[in-house]
Amino acid sequence: MSQATATSHGDTPMIEMTGLNKWYGDFHVLRDIDLTVARGERIVICGPSGSGKSTLIRCINHLESHQQGEIVVNGVPMTQDVKRIEQIRRNVGMVFQHFNLFPHLSVLENCCLSQTWVQKKPRAEAEKTAMEYLERVQIADQAHKYPGQLSGGQQQRVAIARSLCMRPEVMLFDEPTSALDPEMIKEVLDVMIELAREGMTMLCVTHEMGFAKTVADRVIFMDQGQIIEEAPPETFFNQPRSERTKLFLSQILGH
Amino acid sequence: MSGEFMRDEMIEARRPPDARRGIWRWFHRNLFNGPINSVVTVVTIGLLAWGLWPFVQWALIQADWIGDSRQACSGEGACWVFISARFESIIYGFYPEAARWRVDIVFALMAGLLAWLAIPRVPGKRWAAVIAVIGFPIAAYVLLLGGHFGLMYVPTREWGGLMLTLTVATIGIVGSLPIGIVLALGRRSNLPFVRAVSVVFIEFWRGVPLITVLFMASVMLPLFVPTQVEFDKLLRALVGIMLFWSAYMAEVVRGGLQAIPSGQDEAGKALGLGYWQRMGLIVLPQALKLVIPGIVNTFIALFKDTSLVLIIGLFDLLAIIRAGLTDSDWLGFATEGYVFAALVFWVFCFSMSRYSQYIERRLQTGHTS
Repeated sequence: MSQATATSHGDTPMIEMTGLNKWYGDFHVLRDIDLTVARGERIVICGPSGSGKSTLIRCINHLESHQQGEIVVNGVPMTQDVKRIEQIRRNVGMVFQHFNLFPHLSVLENCCLSQTWVQKKPRAEAEKTAMEYLERVQIADQAHKYPGQLSGGQQQRVAIARSLCMRPEVMLFDEPTSALDPEMIKEVLDVMIELAREGMTMLCVTHEMGFAKTVADRVIFMDQGQIIEEAPPETFFNQPRSERTKLFLSQILGH
Repeated sequence: MSGEFMRDEMIEARRPPDARRGIWRWFHRNLFNGPINSVVTVVTIGLLAWGLWPFVQWALIQADWIGDSRQACSGEGACWVFISARFESIIYGFYPEAARWRVDIVFALMAGLLAWLAIPRVPGKRWAAVIAVIGFPIAAYVLLLGGHFGLMYVPTREWGGLMLTLTVATIGIVGSLPIGIVLALGRRSNLPFVRAVSVVFIEFWRGVPLITVLFMASVMLPLFVPTQVEFDKLLRALVGIMLFWSAYMAEVVRGGLQAIPSGQDEAGKALGLGYWQRMGLIVLPQALKLVIPGIVNTFIALFKDTSLVLIIGLFDLLAIIRAGLTDSDWLGFATEGYVFAALVFWVFCFSMSRYSQYIERRLQTGHTS
């Protein structure tokens, strides 16, 4: 993965959120979120379900809109302007819990679609890039199959490759292993660990605490729409400060 | 039994037990798999034969096929001479005989284009689509209407028969699908104005009977527009039919759109695709594939309802046959006329149905997300 990105934008943070608030109707899902993510930083967000962690990362590429506060992605402030939003999305890759591959397109076509339509690359060049990334997630041999013919783990690896084809500067992972059979979790985590080692800026919502310990620079714990605690993984797992965090950790690690 | 077990060798995959295949096996399993079913089968076949035999006798065995006047008909069976004698007018209506070759060319062009588009093996689909969307309508317009390039002008009131039915049906089908898709997208839009316009449009056209639409187009519209502006009656009917059916199409397509998980659109957004790209490349291909049965259902209904244009004085296939019934040389052959009309409509509708099933199978990637 290229690390050249940092040079073009100097030391501006990759993502900067200040005073972010969001409501679903009267329900206050995100409360006064302040979060800055540096280039190359790897962040794991965890917390009980309904704590707003998925909503938080979905705000970064405007799959959800927020009502108050500022988000600046790669130096570009988020507005309601569609062109601006699409500009931001081109730099932000996302991997979903349910993969969301396009079932009517082959694996290769899934990876080429936005290259040809958004980046306007010629077909041959797009396919070359796609094959490169499929190779890296070790699924190049399935390039001409349809998503429905692959296992969950394979589909998720294709989804990661599809995102990487756009050469994003930051990757968002929204519970990427939660819908997988236990046997397949590792193959996806291995790809993510590899990606982290190469210096990709990553925000991962996940319950895989092993992954957090291995690659995260910072672990963020959320509950009821707010950030309760953030710390490097050693501190987070060994000396959690808040009672809420301790309870959460005892529940997910204690069995 | 012992509580412990461990397998030393894996079981090799084997072929399923051999069984008889083919038509006899099918008969055996479905019609004669036991004494009661066998009796029911025999009785049903007997009843069918007993019920259908008189019709077969009338329509085929005792029918008269050859001749050119009613004297050729014995009167025991159907008199298909009635159809063959009037065949030209059933196809062309009142289209001037000297210019009927132009209709033939349009028919041939249409058949050729349909085959080009519909048969997957034939290459150059992109060209076929361009010709079908741009070239063919212009060619058909120039050829059928005339008035240019030294072709005799044939006003639409002289059009009729199968040629008129196919014109109305083709333009209705080709027009209503894209308008319906746009309306369906509009009804799901986030923009309140677009959504409101789509809802009002759809609910208005769906709420009035097609006959009313045709009456309004032919009788009432001229009352409201200045007399010097004169729209062609066929054109008015065509616009009415297209808008009416596009409202139905919109709801069929909307059903498909709703079946596509929101994750598909989100994945498209996350990849930076714009609204029309997401709809055109991701959502609509899946949604339209899902609702092929509904779309073709609407096409078939549209095709059959073209016969309603007879109430505003256009002579489609059915109207031309009905007109023939009042010919004093040919009184009393209503049954033959209607059976023939039904057969023609059935052949077209059944073909659409079969082709749609074939396309459904072809587009099946086997799995959904």
